[in-house]
Amino acid sequence: MIASGGIGDVFARARNERRAALIAYIVAGDPDRETTLAVVDALTQAGVDLIELGIPYGDPLADGPTIAAAGQRALATGIKFADSIEIAAAAHARGAAPVLFFTYVNPVDRYGAERFARDARDAGAVGAIVPDVPLEELDAFAPPLRAAGLAIPLLIAPTTPATRAARIAAESTGFVYLVSRLGVTGARREPDVAWAARTIERLRSATTLPLAVGFGISTPAQVAAVGAVADGVIVGSALIDAYAGSRGAEAARKAGVYAASLRAALPERALRQSSG
Amino acid sequence: MSIEADQHQLPDARGYFGRFGGVFVPEVLMEALARLEQATREAFADPAFWSEYEALLRDYVGRPSPIYHAERLVDGPHAPIVFKREDTNHTGAHKINNTVGQALLARRMGKRRLIAETGAGMHGVATATIGAKLGMQVDVYMGAVDVERQALNVYLMKLLGATVYPVESGTRTLKDATNEAFREWAARVEDTFYVIGSVVGAHPYPYLVREFQKVIGVEARAQILERYGRLPSDVVACVGGGSNAMGIFHAFVGDAEVDLWGVEAAGHGVGSIDTAASLNAGSVGILHGSRSYVLQDDEGQVRDTHSVSAGLDYPGVGPEHSYLKDSGRARYVAIDDAQALAAFHHTARREGIVPALESAHAIAFAQKLAVERGPGGLLVVNLSGRGDKDVRTVAALEGAEVAR
Repeated sequence: MIASGGIGDVFARARNERRAALIAYIVAGDPDRETTLAVVDALTQAGVDLIELGIPYGDPLADGPTIAAAGQRALATGIKFADSIEIAAAAHARGAAPVLFFTYVNPVDRYGAERFARDARDAGAVGAIVPDVPLEELDAFAPPLRAAGLAIPLLIAPTTPATRAARIAAESTGFVYLVSRLGVTGARREPDVAWAARTIERLRSATTLPLAVGFGISTPAQVAAVGAVADGVIVGSALIDAYAGSRGAEAARKAGVYAASLRAALPERALRQSSG
Repeated sequence: MSIEADQHQLPDARGYFGRFGGVFVPEVLMEALARLEQATREAFADPAFWSEYEALLRDYVGRPSPIYHAERLVDGPHAPIVFKREDTNHTGAHKINNTVGQALLARRMGKRRLIAETGAGMHGVATATIGAKLGMQVDVYMGAVDVERQALNVYLMKLLGATVYPVESGTRTLKDATNEAFREWAARVEDTFYVIGSVVGAHPYPYLVREFQKVIGVEARAQILERYGRLPSDVVACVGGGSNAMGIFHAFVGDAEVDLWGVEAAGHGVGSIDTAASLNAGSVGILHGSRSYVLQDDEGQVRDTHSVSAGLDYPGVGPEHSYLKDSGRARYVAIDDAQALAAFHHTARREGIVPALESAHAIAFAQKLAVERGPGGLLVVNLSGRGDKDVRTVAALEGAEVAR
């Protein structure tokens, strides 16, 4: 499947620069709207290629304590689903790195998949990840998003059998998200880089989409290791921890310094055959 | 009494009861659910599996549980009220029927470790119990608030060799304990079996928990026919997640002349913010892996709930109940805290039975329904558990001191 416009460009540029793309996850409204926008700017300046913007949900089954707590902080401010989309639109308007939403099926279901698709597209977002919608339930929300030109990267876990992984890769758009180890998001456990490398090797024959790796990646050394094999490196909890407790410019500074350290760690790679 | 798996009714192959159910979990759990479904199918087709389950229910749990005519519960002309005595089971509630079944399934799959979520602690105790008997490690996730409220059951689980992990996230109650159990399962999916305590969760859980609880209705139907020579007019059960209700309903679903009543916890009132009545006050959403009625706000955020009964204090409900509600086959009503407490006391004083606060909701509704039906009716009420665990809660509400 052809890589969807915005996301395709993100990975193409990184590839031309002979490196993996750096993808940063933050939660919209944590701890407030202005801080989120300041952090988005700082991440963009630090060379982050794509921002995964979490739309807060109170019962995030795929997330560990850091992201769950960030979501609670945001929800405590009274943030609404539409406010998260507005933050993405504001980021887009000021020329930030492209935004990909990350949220859960229940808030999307409640907001309405068609309305979400329309509003996300109008906000300039490039796609959405909904981790509690597996392949079998995609029809419940994916068609309107696809129709709006939004990418829907799907997740592959270490427990996913090879044949299923190939099917997931075939159904993904934008990129394929490899979960680097068992469990939930968070920096408490090491990513399994060797598994990721083997899985990437195997999936290259099943898809031409970029393959990005996330869950548990927190240090420049891990970014270097994953960046040597994957087309994208996703960092979330550790970034949120880097500016938790700060607001505004101070939060942005901390996020920027941390992201720049990750960006600098991305290794130079041989130019792989064009994908997408 | 012989129990066999029901392979020819809902859910469908995708785990749906009409538009309810399904599988909404992170990818890391999909293979485990697929293997569980496969193992369930194989076990359910194996007579040896059922005979071991039935032997344990008979010798260890103490089944069949009796039926009992509660003659002094209602004054004046009324339909007889017959209790199905799940309170007489080992560990004091219906929960053990399910944990025995799932633990046997876990052992068959080669899993050595059981995890469970628990609210009031009854499911945790029932899991710890069968874990001790089968020599399996048991880790129980319990909201920190519930750990406080249910100190006795926490200690009981420890006595039985289980480890209890207080959950500090979210509202620190059953919903959060369930989130944490799912997360723990995702982290150790290879050697761990997640024993879900109700007919909730992703497919195949709502199906397999029903299959392990339907013994209640199979027995009750035969016992009533034998003693009264006819089917009951009504079957009444409390509904939190809904496993005792599905358990007793299932055998009667095909009996069109039998009315099925699920009784939810209204808390301070169905219209109030302090309620746990998902089917009466909720809307369709997705929680803990399946589509069903959920207490949620306009943003799809799951609401905090309240009931005096910890076992009913849950914002979701099993998808099959949502299906039975929408199809009209079962009706769902709600009883508030005060009404349940009154029924708790009344049953103790009039019948010498202290019911669980959960079951007291069903009794409170049955008292009204029995008068409405009159002497021509015949009610079966699922007395899903005994009230020993609630004595301290009730005493505290009334300002009485009970020694810790």
